[in-house]
Amino acid sequence: MTALTELSLCAMREGLGRGDFSARELVAAHLAAIEAARELNAFITETPDLALAAADAADAALARGEAGPLAGIPLGIKDLFCTEGVRTTAASRILADFRPPYESGVTARLKAAGAAFVGKLNLDEFAMGSSNETSAFGPVVSPWRARGSNAPLVPGGSSGGSAAAVAARLVAGATGTDTGGSIRQPAAFTGICGIKPTYGRCSRYGIVAFASSLDQAGPMARTVADCALLLEAMAGHDPRDATSLEEPVPAWSQLLSGDIRGRRIGVPREYRLEGMSADLDALWQAGAAWLRDAGAEIVDISLPHTMEALPTYYILAPAEASSNLARYDGVRFGLRVMPECGSLADMYCATRAAGFGAEVKRRIMLGTYVLSAGYYDAYYLKAQKVRALIMRDFETAFGTCDLILTPSAPTAAFALGGKVSDPIAMYLNDVFTVPASLAGLPAMSVPAGLDPQGLPLGLQVIGRPLDELGVLDAARAIERAAGFAAAPARWWGAA
Amino acid sequence: MSTGAIIEGRTGPWEMVLGLEVHAQVISKSKLFSGAATAFGAEPNAQVSFVDAAFPGMLPVLNGECVRQAVRTGLALGCTINRWSRFDRKNYFYADLPAGYQISQYQHPVVGEGALEIALEDGSTRTVGIERIHLEQDAGKSIHDLNPELSYVDLNRAGVALMEIVSKPDMRSPEEAGAYVATLRAILRAIGACDGNMQEGSLRADVNVSVRRPGAPFGTRCEIKNVNSIRFIQQAVAFEARRQVAILETGGTIHQETRLFDPDRGETRSLRSKEDAHDYRYFPDPDLLPLELSEAFIEECRASLPELPAARRMRYEAELGLSPYLARLLTADMEQSVWFEALLAETAARQGRPAREVAEKAANWMTGELFGALNRLGLGIGQSPVSPAQAAALLAMVADGTLSGPLARQVFELMLETGEDPAAIAEARGLKQVSDTGALEAAIAEVLAAHAAKVAEYRAGKDKLFGFFVGQVMKATGGRANPALVNTLLRQALG
Repeated sequence: MTALTELSLCAMREGLGRGDFSARELVAAHLAAIEAARELNAFITETPDLALAAADAADAALARGEAGPLAGIPLGIKDLFCTEGVRTTAASRILADFRPPYESGVTARLKAAGAAFVGKLNLDEFAMGSSNETSAFGPVVSPWRARGSNAPLVPGGSSGGSAAAVAARLVAGATGTDTGGSIRQPAAFTGICGIKPTYGRCSRYGIVAFASSLDQAGPMARTVADCALLLEAMAGHDPRDATSLEEPVPAWSQLLSGDIRGRRIGVPREYRLEGMSADLDALWQAGAAWLRDAGAEIVDISLPHTMEALPTYYILAPAEASSNLARYDGVRFGLRVMPECGSLADMYCATRAAGFGAEVKRRIMLGTYVLSAGYYDAYYLKAQKVRALIMRDFETAFGTCDLILTPSAPTAAFALGGKVSDPIAMYLNDVFTVPASLAGLPAMSVPAGLDPQGLPLGLQVIGRPLDELGVLDAARAIERAAGFAAAPARWWGAA
Repeated sequence: MSTGAIIEGRTGPWEMVLGLEVHAQVISKSKLFSGAATAFGAEPNAQVSFVDAAFPGMLPVLNGECVRQAVRTGLALGCTINRWSRFDRKNYFYADLPAGYQISQYQHPVVGEGALEIALEDGSTRTVGIERIHLEQDAGKSIHDLNPELSYVDLNRAGVALMEIVSKPDMRSPEEAGAYVATLRAILRAIGACDGNMQEGSLRADVNVSVRRPGAPFGTRCEIKNVNSIRFIQQAVAFEARRQVAILETGGTIHQETRLFDPDRGETRSLRSKEDAHDYRYFPDPDLLPLELSEAFIEECRASLPELPAARRMRYEAELGLSPYLARLLTADMEQSVWFEALLAETAARQGRPAREVAEKAANWMTGELFGALNRLGLGIGQSPVSPAQAAALLAMVADGTLSGPLARQVFELMLETGEDPAAIAEARGLKQVSDTGALEAAIAEVLAAHAAKVAEYRAGKDKLFGFFVGQVMKATGGRANPALVNTLLRQALG
C-alpha cells in the first residue's frame, strides 16, 4: 500500500479514475504515512476523520461518474488558510485555539474539486521566516539529510510543513503561500515543485494576512504537471478579495506541453552573486543549456535593481504586517492575557507579548518604525519607489526575453538552528525570490539536481504577468531534462 | 453681518474663525467595506460581519453605493470630483476599532474643493468653501457605564460608511456655523445621501475654533470633537471663542488641542493636547485598489440629483411669489417640499387657478396648521394622517365658502383623528357653513327679538354692540353661519 504514496498526483488521479484503488485506500495510505512521520513535525493539526469522509464522498462521486478534478486526492493545507471548523493557527500562540467559522477562497475551491484535506501544515509563525523555525508549534525537520550525516536540516520556509510533507510523500500536494519566496525556497530545499502565480490569481480571502500586497497562494507538489493541476483548481476570481484578478483560468493541466521552442530565456547577470557556490552556478548554466537544447534561445539580460529588492522587501512587508497584525489584540478572538486590575493597554501588551514570537515581534517593530512620522518618507515611500523601479526592470527585460531563469535560493538547505540567531543571514535566503514577489510576477521553483552533499537544488523560472503557462512549460522542460528522481531516504518512523 | 460675531474684549475686538468637519453617515443598506446591515437601533453586535470584526483573513470590499453617494454629495456642493482617489489605513489601537486601523482617505480624497452658500437671518448670504469630502469607516462603540469592572463593545456601527465633509475656515460666528450645518443637512437630505439625524449620530461635527484680531493672521486652533446638534455647535463655538479670548487677554497662549463639549455645563474641556496626539502611521491600504471613476459614472451621479434646496427656494420665491421666510421653511427638508408641491398641484387643480395664486394660502396653511398639528402629535411629515389631496380638498372648501376659518380648523382636527375626507366629515357632522339667506335672516330676527334692549342701545349709537349680535347669531347657528353674510344681513336688519 505504501506504493500509493509514491505516485504523482496526476497518477493518483488516473488510478482512481480507472478504479485501480479507491480514494479511501489512497487517503488511508497517506494517513498511515503521516502517522509514521510525526518526527518531521510537518503537521500542526491532523484531520484523518475529515479526510476519510472526503475520501468516501469522492469514491461515491467517482462511482456516479460525477467526480471533481481532485476527487479523493489527499492534500495538506498550510495552516495559514482558514478552514471552517478546523483549527487555524498561523503557527502562532495568539491563534492557538482559533477555529474559523468560514472557509478560505482557495480551500473552498479545492474542496469543491473533491480534494481530501488530511490536515493543517506547519509554517513559520504568520509565514514570517525562511526555515520554519519560528513556528510556535516547533520547527519542521526536513526529510532530507546530507550524505553521511544525521544532522537535522531545515525544510525552508515559510511553507516548510508543506514542503516537508510533499517531499516525504505524506501528501500528494499541498497549498503554500508566498510573500517573498515562501513557496519557492522551501520547494527548492526539499526537491519539489512550487509555483507562486501572478499576484491576484488566487483569492486571499480567508488567508491569514502577512503582507497584503505580496501574499499569494500557490501549490506545492512533486511534479510540474501536479502543480498545474492544483493551480488550476486554486485560481480564479473571488469578489471577496478586491485585489483578485477578473481573469479566466486557463486549463493549465491540459495546455502544459513543456514545449519552449522559440522562447527567449533571459539570464539576469545581477543574480550571479559574489561568493555563490560553484555547484549552484554550474546548475544554473546547466539549466540554461537544457532549455537551449529544448529549442529556446538564451539571452543575457540585466535587472539593475536586483540588489535593492531585499531591503525594499524588508521595509514593505513588515510595514504591512505591522498593520495587518494589529487585529490580534485579545478583544474578539484568539489569545487574551488580562493582567490583574489591568487597563485595556495592559491587556494589549500582555496579550501580544505572550502571543507573538520573537521574529513576528521583530517585524512588527520594523514595520511600525518605517511607517512612523518622520521616517515614512525615508523608508516606506522610498521603498515604494524602488519597488516601481524593480517592476520596470522586469518590464524592460521582458522586451528582450519571454521568461527568466535564475537559481531559486542561494544555498541548499542548512542545518536546523544554523541561522536562527542571525536574521540578516536568514533574510538573504530570499534574495532570488523577492524581486518577482515585489513585481507580482508568476515564478516557479523546479528541482534540478543535487549538490555534493546530496541535497536538492532548485531553479526558478519567472514569467510575464499572467503567463503561468510559459513558466510551467519551461519548468516542465527543465524537469524533463534534469530527470530529477531523487527522494529523501526515509529515516523517520523506524518501526 | 460680521459685526455680530466680534467679541469685544478688554483689550479690543476679537474675531472668531471657524472651520467644520462634518461626519455624515452615508445612506446605504450595507457598510463601506462589508455586506453587514446599517440600520440604527439594532441589538448590540447584531449587524457585524466577520469583516467588520476583523477576523483573520477577512478583506474589505468597497461598496459602490457609498462611493456614489459621496460623488453625488460632491456634485451637489459644486465640488471637483477626483477621478483617482485612494484608501489609506489610519493605525491606532482601541477596543472598538477591530482591525487596529480605520480605513479612510487621508491623502487622496474622492471629492475636492467646492463651495456652499448659506443664508443668514438678516437675509444676507455668505459662501463657505468646501476643502474636501472623503469616505471613511466609522468605529464601533465602547460602553463603559454598564458594569463597574467591565467595558462592553458594540460593533454595529463599526465599518459604517461616513463622509467627512471638511469646510475651509470661512465662518466667523456661531450663527454662520449653525446656518452652514443646517444648509448642508438640507442638501444631504434632499439628495438622499444622509438622513441628517443628529440625535442618532448620523450627522455630527468636529468644530475648529480660533480667534484673532480682525484682519490678523489665523490664531492657534482648538478642535471640539463630535458635537451632535446645531444648538450645541453654536454654544460650543461661543464658549470656546470666549475662553480663548480670556486666555489671550491675560497674556496666555492657546495650545493646539482636542476638546470635548459638555452640553450640561455648556462648556468645552481638554481631551488631549497635540503632544499626546497619536502617530497614526498612515499608509495606502494594500487590500484595496485605488478608486478610479469613469466620466460615465460621474455623469450618472449628476443625472440622479434632484432639484437642490437652494434652487428650489429661489424657484418658490420667483415663480410662486412666496416670501423668503416661507420658501426657506418649505425647502429645509426634501420630504416637506415634496409634500408641499403635491398640495400645491392638487389645490391649483381643484380650484382651477394657477399655482402662483394659491401658493401663499397653501404655504401658510401647511407651515401654520399642518406643522403645528404634526409638532403637537410628534409626527414627521411622512407620517401625516392627512394626505396632500385631502388637505387640498379642505383648502378648496374654504376658498368656495363651504367652510369658514374656524369650521375648517374643526374639520381639520377631525381629519387628523379619523383620516376621513373633509367633505364627508363636514357632511356627517353638519359642519357646513350656512349661507342660506332665508335661514340666516330668520336667525337674526330671533336674536334681535330676544335682545330688544341691546338693539335699542345699538341704535342709540353704541356701535360696539355689533360684535355681540354677530356672536349671538353664530351661537344660534352652531358656528356654521357664513360670517361675511351674517355681517351684511345684520347691518341690514339693524338698519
